[in-house]
Amino acid sequence: MSATIPLEEVKTLTLNIYRFNPDKDEKAYMQDIEIEVPVNKDLMVLDALLIAKEQDTSLSFRRSCGEGVCGSDGMNINGKNGLACVTPLSEAVKRNKLILKPMPGLPVVRDLIVDMKQFFDQLEKVKPYLITKDEDPEQERMQSPEEREELDGLYECILCGCCSTACPSFWWNPDKFLGPAALLQSWRFIADSRDQATEERLEDLDDAFSLYRCHGIMNCVSVCPKGLNPTEAISNIRKKLINRKG
Amino acid sequence: MKVDEIIKAQDLPIKDFDGIIIGGGGSGMRASLQLAESGLNTAVISKVFPTRSHTVSAQGGITCAIQSDDPEDDWRWHMFDTVKGSDYIGDQDAIEYMCSEGPKAIFELEHMGLPFSRTEEGRIYQRPFGGQSKDYGKGGQASRTCAAADRTGHSLLHTLYQANLKAGTNFLNEWFAIDLVLNSENEVTGVVAFEIESGEIFYIRSKATVLATGGAGRIYASTTNALINSGDGIGMALRAGLPVQDIEMWQFHPTGIYGHGTLVTEGCRGEGGYLINKDGERFMERYAPNAKDLASRDVVSRAMAKEILEGRGCGPNEDHIKLRLDHLGPGVVHKRLPGITELSKTFAHVDPAVEPIPVVPTCHYMMGGIPTNIHGQVITVKEGVDSVVHGLYAAGEVACVSVHGGNRLGGNSLLDLVVFGRATGISIEKSLKQGSSLKPSSNEDIEQALSRLNKLNASKEGKETDELKKEMQDNMQNNFGVFRREDLMEKGIKDLSNSREAVENIYLSDKSASFNTARIEALEMQNLFEVAEATAITANERKESRGAHARDDYTERDDDNWLKHSIYFSSTKTVSKRDVNFRPTTVQAFQPSERSY
Repeated sequence: MSATIPLEEVKTLTLNIYRFNPDKDEKAYMQDIEIEVPVNKDLMVLDALLIAKEQDTSLSFRRSCGEGVCGSDGMNINGKNGLACVTPLSEAVKRNKLILKPMPGLPVVRDLIVDMKQFFDQLEKVKPYLITKDEDPEQERMQSPEEREELDGLYECILCGCCSTACPSFWWNPDKFLGPAALLQSWRFIADSRDQATEERLEDLDDAFSLYRCHGIMNCVSVCPKGLNPTEAISNIRKKLINRKG
Repeated sequence: MKVDEIIKAQDLPIKDFDGIIIGGGGSGMRASLQLAESGLNTAVISKVFPTRSHTVSAQGGITCAIQSDDPEDDWRWHMFDTVKGSDYIGDQDAIEYMCSEGPKAIFELEHMGLPFSRTEEGRIYQRPFGGQSKDYGKGGQASRTCAAADRTGHSLLHTLYQANLKAGTNFLNEWFAIDLVLNSENEVTGVVAFEIESGEIFYIRSKATVLATGGAGRIYASTTNALINSGDGIGMALRAGLPVQDIEMWQFHPTGIYGHGTLVTEGCRGEGGYLINKDGERFMERYAPNAKDLASRDVVSRAMAKEILEGRGCGPNEDHIKLRLDHLGPGVVHKRLPGITELSKTFAHVDPAVEPIPVVPTCHYMMGGIPTNIHGQVITVKEGVDSVVHGLYAAGEVACVSVHGGNRLGGNSLLDLVVFGRATGISIEKSLKQGSSLKPSSNEDIEQALSRLNKLNASKEGKETDELKKEMQDNMQNNFGVFRREDLMEKGIKDLSNSREAVENIYLSDKSASFNTARIEALEMQNLFEVAEATAITANERKESRGAHARDDYTERDDDNWLKHSIYFSSTKTVSKRDVNFRPTTVQAFQPSERSY
């Protein structure tokens, strides 16, 4: 975090932040907070928020690792979902303004914090764990490097929620459409050579909503901070479902 | 009952469990898995959603003699390396247990689905890491660290979360634990905690309480640690009158990204990377002629600090070192170290396959912690005699069992988490089956655990968290870093002592109940402060250089006086000594000798 680095040459940046405190606000509002940022060093959006919080300690947002691996600080940054800790101001700021809102489509708890219950409920529906039927061997199960490679681009998901909350299909049916994050996890286990529940996983997805509400809009791909491709995972599951019927 | 009111113990609602685990990282979720699978009513209390815990940031791997890279590998060689790495104050019964039980714990993780990288034969991929040897230091470099690319911590943490979902563990996610509740016998009967979102507060009563709250690297200004690493378990234990052990032992990781602190895994050097100074010299050849860049972390960090102090640092201010990977070719860099490629591009603006990464030694790991035995039971010391604290357990970085002693080897922290998280679960299961009974806590006992929250809520003026935190972090950074000496440490201790009253009376301006992160940061600051002061006082007392504790005024290891654990109580601010265990059960103890790499 760079909030403690001595600021030499500085300029003013206006953060326009979504504010809502259920203990005192009837409704949400946008608030301008002016902060000073160094001219010759590119801070991250999270650094800017930490500076703003020094001025107004009531400003609330989630954060933890500060390096894009824990998935805490997903938010809507100048209109696009992303992780505050790995989004540089040089990329995010437009016309010297930075608009920060909570991720869309989920209930707001306070300021930039959303209630992620719906997101995690959908994740749990895909049984996001390895299911095996054979007895565990004494040592590890064997898996070839090629089989293991099938999991690249899938196991890296950090559950930040950027993709699902950028998805119009998830906004419409957050209770019935599982959303890109959960479906990526579903494919992560179907694609795993060690998993022995492909058939029941496919069966669980074979209805009008769970998977088929994906219309290939690909917002999930464009916002994923880890560069993953949920749309491709969804289309892989689709192919399996179709082949299964055929 | 909400967290913004002045709360009386008799009004506090109660939740009951067989076992509670405070902390949802690797050790916490391994313990909870063990308990949930045995059918006990188990809850994990985590201040963040579990996969946000700091275990997620571990990169390079988990060290264990699973005999994949070398079929002749032997857990006793791993034990030897770990004892030597600890500079001989790691407990040999605990190290023996960790290294011999390790393979079982790794295979269990694989069975749960952990996506390890693989060898051509289909086994788990292992890479070389620092301080590793074959044949008790005589057979050259070993490759013993099991890896899932350079995202091993992420893979491990997500796998454990998945396994806990499958096992039906209760998760109290985004709940904050304030303080332990003890009874009149000084047994632990649970914890006072609140749900962060609603502010609803409870006494969570349990037959067994596990502290698995992780580290406290945020006592330093520059650290690889997450913002949540605030030593909550250490704060709770010290306030409960319990001791901490070897808390002066802080690991400075050789390769934190310059200017930001983000970790770059030792696996980079394991894959063939090396450090250079401003002359382009591979200087580790001078400091550790055999192991070179894969000497243990304390040795490499000191060498780097020396290069910088002697004017051979890189950059316009000659204040950092460079890590070369470009000679490995984009194939190795992008395949084996994809996460490092991403982090270097984001935080150092370099592609490591093309340009070296600027790095500096950065605070990384707390070797000390709450003393426990190998069953995870917390130990206290009365007049030189150990006794078990009933009802309380600790595992992972918050605990000091002690497998790391004065210096932890890379890849041993993840092994510590799973082996002792598991051992703690097993021992709780056993103890509850025998029918453990704790005397109930009285309202006065619970009142005690509420006192700092009530004080915070009543605060009307004083210093706020940010100011106090900055003062403390700069103090620790300047006076208790890689090299230490008495005059600076005494100044640091005095400054801390002067801030104590302000820390205990932090002013909280926003007193709202729901998701008030300022309240949490204030409570965390008080925990950090306990860790900082314990570190400072103990560091000054240990008048020798051992492991990560390097003093300019006592440059030699002093086995006559300090082949000992330090024990610190905050109530009296006193440091005493505790014997190191030299009694492994299946092998001969390794005796202290000169440590060279």
